[in-house]
Amino acid sequence: MTWNLFFTQALNGLQLGVLLFLLSAGLTLVFGIMNFANFSHGSLYMMGAYFAAAVYDWSGSFLVAALVAVPGTLLLGVIVERLALARLYQRDHLDQVLATFGLILVFNEVVRYIWGPAPVYLNVPEALSGTIDLFSLPYPAYRFAIIGVGLVVGVGLYLLIHNTRVGMLIRAGASNGGMAAALGVNIPLLNTLVFGLGAALAGLAGLMAGPIFAVRPGMGESILVLTLVVIVTGGIGSIRGAVYSALIVGVVDTAGRAFLPGILREFLERSVAQAVGPAVASMLIYLLMAVVLAFRPQGLFPVRHG
Amino acid sequence: MAEQVHPLRFGFAGAFLLLLALVPVVAPAIGQPHYVTMFSRIMIFGLAAVGLNFILGFGGLVSFGHALYIGIGAYAVGIMAFHGVTSAWAQLAAALAVGAAAAVLIGLVCLRTSGVAFIMITLAFTQMGYFLAVSLTQYGGDDGMPIPARSDLGVGSLDHGAILYYLIFALLVLVLYAANRVVHSRFGMVLRGCKSNERRMIALGFPTLRYKLSAYVISALICVIAGMLLANLTRYVSPAYMGWVASGDLIVMVVFGGVATLFGPVVGSAALVIVEEALSSFSLGLPWGIDALVSTHWLGLLGILILIVVLKLKQGLYGALAAREQRST
Repeated sequence: MTWNLFFTQALNGLQLGVLLFLLSAGLTLVFGIMNFANFSHGSLYMMGAYFAAAVYDWSGSFLVAALVAVPGTLLLGVIVERLALARLYQRDHLDQVLATFGLILVFNEVVRYIWGPAPVYLNVPEALSGTIDLFSLPYPAYRFAIIGVGLVVGVGLYLLIHNTRVGMLIRAGASNGGMAAALGVNIPLLNTLVFGLGAALAGLAGLMAGPIFAVRPGMGESILVLTLVVIVTGGIGSIRGAVYSALIVGVVDTAGRAFLPGILREFLERSVAQAVGPAVASMLIYLLMAVVLAFRPQGLFPVRHG
Repeated sequence: MAEQVHPLRFGFAGAFLLLLALVPVVAPAIGQPHYVTMFSRIMIFGLAAVGLNFILGFGGLVSFGHALYIGIGAYAVGIMAFHGVTSAWAQLAAALAVGAAAAVLIGLVCLRTSGVAFIMITLAFTQMGYFLAVSLTQYGGDDGMPIPARSDLGVGSLDHGAILYYLIFALLVLVLYAANRVVHSRFGMVLRGCKSNERRMIALGFPTLRYKLSAYVISALICVIAGMLLANLTRYVSPAYMGWVASGDLIVMVVFGGVATLFGPVVGSAALVIVEEALSSFSLGLPWGIDALVSTHWLGLLGILILIVVLKLKQGLYGALAAREQRST
């Protein structure tokens, strides 16, 4: 029984890690290439979830929802980038943070206006509503699907960046944008492309998270903070860092919430453990981040320029 | 260094402070006593924004996490009052001690990074404080808790709105005066040097981390005091005081008013609180339900306003005065 619980929590952690990876990959690329601090990334995740919920409600097909939500978020990201954010690339980080803070407020209110303040429900698709027995342990098929999609996207992203021409341009832009521009690379187009890619990944994460978490206004912010923890821990701008650190943060956060109160009960009085347990569990990943930064200020996998 | 007197800014700040000083006298006379509360809020957030501007404007460190310290101040008052300790001095000592300890530890970690990483980590630590407050179920958890009694100063009761108002006013003036002295002191010069070229400051032999950490702790403690005042004003503490929106609001105030100006944050705080009040109770009798639309979704309009300010008005309201003075000389 204990082993079962342990295994289930490990898979839950893995699944949270995959979601965090999808979000942090896009955000870290945007930061690495444009040197742009996009705090409204969580809003794109939220919009992806809402698009999916709306289309699923209308069409009844999760596949159609996915086919609309992901390109829809991509398009939204490109529009926002062209209209507002592209003007901020040359400005300092303070302006970028403020502008994207403003955008978060706008997106939350737009969602509240269209879909109302109450959570919207997005059901698990029929085909994935069952459980899969893994070593005689039932685990929801949908959560397995998330892990699978995450792995596929991760491999795809790796191939895209390391084995294609676009990926080469992205790497060139990241290591020296000015030089790449001088060699004739259309940097503004590349920026829009990368931003769109990040938005699409955020939309995908929102779509997949929809059936697990509640689809509600402001759902992007709590996960954005986790994503920031992932990026800072992994090393800003590093995709490899985002992979490892997303998985670490996902597993540590899930395991902390599941096991820490129980572990503390072994050492502390029951009433104290009950009060302290959840508090420490919710702080665990921040403490992890603090420890990592204390020893490696550049993160676990810093990007090497030059 | 002898400080130059800027007539336009000096006059504006003086007039503004005079206006603030008159509010508790004028507001009841014109039958709008709630203005006392509103202007108390303006000054409290102005105080916090002055604190934030100390490192953001003069040190170049964009902290997205100063609401954490407002929360620490507020919870110190709330928790101690909950356990029957209402002495303002005991609360002040506890709040400053906890605030300083948190600021030193968090500052040491955050200052190992710079730029965007600094912004992200300060936000992350604030969220940590937020979740910690949410998990304190015995102190209200998610919902927050009412505070049984205001802080007891020994002289005069803070239950009297005007006394609390003038206490806040006095603290604001004191902090503004102190900030002015510090910014123009040697310490302030080193801090501003770190902002414009830290590598050179290190080459000159300054232990910049020590300077930046001191500045971070000072600015955090100003926010702790603002938090204590806020708890006394509202008689309520809630995790929302240290939510990410609260941190963002503080930055908005600094930028609205003018980064790296002494009085700017107070102007920015006034602008933001008044815009909030105006939008959230919007009723001009416009057709097609626009009134209700604005008052329910005013945060969205605020977001658009922030976008416009960032894209167009780069120096802020009070900063524009400074630019004007520079043009005319």
